[in-house]
Amino acid sequence: MAYEPVIGLEVHAQLLTESKIFCTCSTVFGAEPNSHTCPVCMGMPGVLPVLNRKVVEYAMKMALATNCRINETCTFARKNYFYPDLPKGYQISQYARPLAEDGYVHIEEDGGKKRIGITRVHMEEDAGKMIHDEHLPSSYVDLNRTGVPLIEIVSEPDMRGAEEASAYLRRLHEILVYLEICDGNMEEGSFRCDANVSIRPKGEAAFGTRTELKNMNSFRNVQRALEYEIRRQQYILESGQEVIQETRLWDDAQGVTLSMRGKEEAHDYRYFPDPDLVPIVTDAAWTEKVRSSLPELPLEKRERFIRDYQLPSYDAGVLTASRVLADYFEDVARLSGKPKTASNWVMGDILRFLNEEKRDIKECPILPQSLAEMIQLIEDGTISGKMAKDIIEEMYRTGKPPKAIIGEKGMIQITDEAAISKTIADVLAANTAQVEQYRGGKEKLFGYFVGQVMKATQGKANPQLINELLKKMLVK
Amino acid sequence: MELHQLTIHELQKLIRLGKVNSSDIVRSVFKRIDTVEGSVHAYISLMKEYAFEEATKADHSIREGNIRALTGIPIALKDIVCTKGFLTTCGSRILYNYIPPYDATVVEKLKEAGAVFTGKTNMDEFAMGSSTETSYFGITKNPWALDRIPGGSSGGSAAAVAADECIASIGSDTGGSIRQPAALCGVVGMKPTYGRVSRYGLIAFASSLDQIGPFTKDVEDCAIMMNVIAGYDPRESTSVPLDVPDYTAFLSRGIDGFKVGIPKEYFIKGIDPEVTEAMTRAMKAIEGLGASCIEISLPHTEYCLAVYYIVAPAEASSNLARYDGVKYGFRAEDCRDILDMYKKTRSAGFGTEVKRRIMIGTYALSSGYYDAYYKKASQVRAMIKSDFEEAFKDCDVILTPTSPTPAFKIGEKMDDPLQMYLSDIFTISTNLAGIPGISVPCGFTRQGLPIGAQFLAGHFEEGKLLQIASAFEKHANIEKRRPDL
Repeated sequence: MAYEPVIGLEVHAQLLTESKIFCTCSTVFGAEPNSHTCPVCMGMPGVLPVLNRKVVEYAMKMALATNCRINETCTFARKNYFYPDLPKGYQISQYARPLAEDGYVHIEEDGGKKRIGITRVHMEEDAGKMIHDEHLPSSYVDLNRTGVPLIEIVSEPDMRGAEEASAYLRRLHEILVYLEICDGNMEEGSFRCDANVSIRPKGEAAFGTRTELKNMNSFRNVQRALEYEIRRQQYILESGQEVIQETRLWDDAQGVTLSMRGKEEAHDYRYFPDPDLVPIVTDAAWTEKVRSSLPELPLEKRERFIRDYQLPSYDAGVLTASRVLADYFEDVARLSGKPKTASNWVMGDILRFLNEEKRDIKECPILPQSLAEMIQLIEDGTISGKMAKDIIEEMYRTGKPPKAIIGEKGMIQITDEAAISKTIADVLAANTAQVEQYRGGKEKLFGYFVGQVMKATQGKANPQLINELLKKMLVK
Repeated sequence: MELHQLTIHELQKLIRLGKVNSSDIVRSVFKRIDTVEGSVHAYISLMKEYAFEEATKADHSIREGNIRALTGIPIALKDIVCTKGFLTTCGSRILYNYIPPYDATVVEKLKEAGAVFTGKTNMDEFAMGSSTETSYFGITKNPWALDRIPGGSSGGSAAAVAADECIASIGSDTGGSIRQPAALCGVVGMKPTYGRVSRYGLIAFASSLDQIGPFTKDVEDCAIMMNVIAGYDPRESTSVPLDVPDYTAFLSRGIDGFKVGIPKEYFIKGIDPEVTEAMTRAMKAIEGLGASCIEISLPHTEYCLAVYYIVAPAEASSNLARYDGVKYGFRAEDCRDILDMYKKTRSAGFGTEVKRRIMIGTYALSSGYYDAYYKKASQVRAMIKSDFEEAFKDCDVILTPTSPTPAFKIGEKMDDPLQMYLSDIFTISTNLAGIPGISVPCGFTRQGLPIGAQFLAGHFEEGKLLQIASAFEKHANIEKRRPDL
């Protein structure tokens, strides 16, 4: 029997506010344990939370970017459970009336787009971190992360495979980073994902029993864990057993999911409205203000690049991977007037240089105007494409504009037909045997002649002219 | 008269005249504490050394002519407000060693006004109780009858004022915890409007009901204390950004033309006949002052206790989750794992009444019961609130007994929680509605136990309460006595 997976994701994203959600402590990652804490985030007796308005603004950005309806008022609720990294014994989250609901994003599939529904976007506080010392019968707790603002983005069970889930996750990640409200770092936990997975016979409308997967801290692991879990459930059903509703942890080393807790041990979180916080009014005026501050989102940008610059969809995808890269490309395209050429250089040499040194486009030593200038120099024949390959390396190394490098190295292209013809004649005269062979039908020797001419001109001769003239002169 | 017997305004007068200084007053108060604390046990911890240091500083200010509202005045604090560097137990074993790293806003404000703290007063554990018997740190006795309870939960703060072990004190009121002990100890106690006095640093029992207020020897002192502690606090989201009037300005206005509502639902079975008599006398006296008493109705009164015992325990079950032995306070020994540590710590750290309420609250919030209990209770709460809004269209203030009985015997109701809960029958609705209330002395029973009268007003109408309470205190021929200690 053919089975169809049904997947929904719960994504937690840490927001890049300077201070925590309910106190003024810093949110900076990696500080000395418990140094970014105060009585409020440590849950001392008698303290009270005061909402950081920036958190609401950032959360609204994501809600709007994912086409959600912002509720006119929303409330915070307490999610009650015991764990040492949760100093109050409850997490302040949203439950009955979240910030935003009923949104969607599109993911790209072969030959089209698929819409993935978003159930809700809500705000909450992060918990601390346990530090276990294997040599001691006790553990430590670091509360620096306690109270760092999070948004939770809950999808509808709209994904039908690990690939789709992965595409959706990447879409959310890309939007969050574009909005500059989350750094998207999965290793440091600023972007986290839990998945609900079930399978059902293809064509069936009812959902199967689902499991919840946790502990997948990279895109790759999300996909691997889902693939594993789908196979596991399929095996269970095919062998006549039933899937048990439970929470499972992804074990990266073994490449399997393992049972963490069953349905009976599931927490009853006893949600109720937090009496220490008042309802937040997110009215139309505020919503519109935030909406007008949204940048162009990746998918829109991608479509615009394809439409306005006539780029292949692959190029558009690569170039819009980040806002800075897209801006870089657009500057080069605009200044050079040659979008496709600009795309080739940016995607090719520029990204290769940067990747080799693991540098970001922000740190690229070649300014967009320099690259545009170089493209123009190729266009007007001052340099050849081949010369440009050497020049751009020099530009990357020194940060100098192309004309300076050309001047220093005397790298002007030879476009004088007479001069090239003379060189060709010399080359042919020195290689009479090869000329005979060529004329006898061994046409692949053509490349050899080109090479010889290039060598004789130190690569400065215009390759197109070499081709044209060489063809003519070899026929003779 | 000795200095510890005087009021804030009397002492302030003497200070301004240069006749006494703070050290004299603090010395007198601590001498009194030495004499009577052994029999009353109003305090959990004393801040004697600190008090004398602060008195010396206050004397310096006085010499410089810098005399603020409470300069040099000895004030006691209920052990539920956080004091930086000083033990704050909330009457519980689970916080037996807890020293807060910060001051509550109310503590900051009192310090700013020049107050000198004498110590932290006894209370029912986490303010859950009406007799101060659930404290982990022993029982406080009623200064008027040492075999009786002082009321609660702020019993220590009420007893300390009644026994002259301080000049005024701070309490907290979630369902009557200021007004009921004030009535039972024969002092003045006010629960301000929810949002009027900052809750920041008040250890939470039921967040939507808790409010800090003063205990004083007379109404004028109550106004002076309110002037100091009321006001908006940006550290509390439920604090209300409204200007604070000068409450002392209401004291001598009289109540000519006042309409005083008498809720018919409050004259229930089970009220002590002497309390009823006192109320009748009070109504007459008020009418003699130019006000008229009219019957009003608060139709949802019968649900108040039920609503309260859903909402308060539900919030408490969550508020008290932080006492888990991980970060501060009591931690049980010999635990196998984290779950075992939680269980042992909370089993041994909390007393019976606290555990009872945590269980009630946990149950009320549980999946499948939330709608039937917490949600329903919240809906009825809104109706109770609107009862008062309706009533205040017809009257300026409402008059009720503060407590259905005078102080009962120690141990009398400890085995019967429902009887104990009924002690707050007249005070609970105030907290559910968020309105202010004041209890003022209203005479004595034939056995010599104090009786209290409660006035209630609309949101942020503390001024009206002080106005009528002051007129009542001055002109209703209420007998004034001192406890024989």
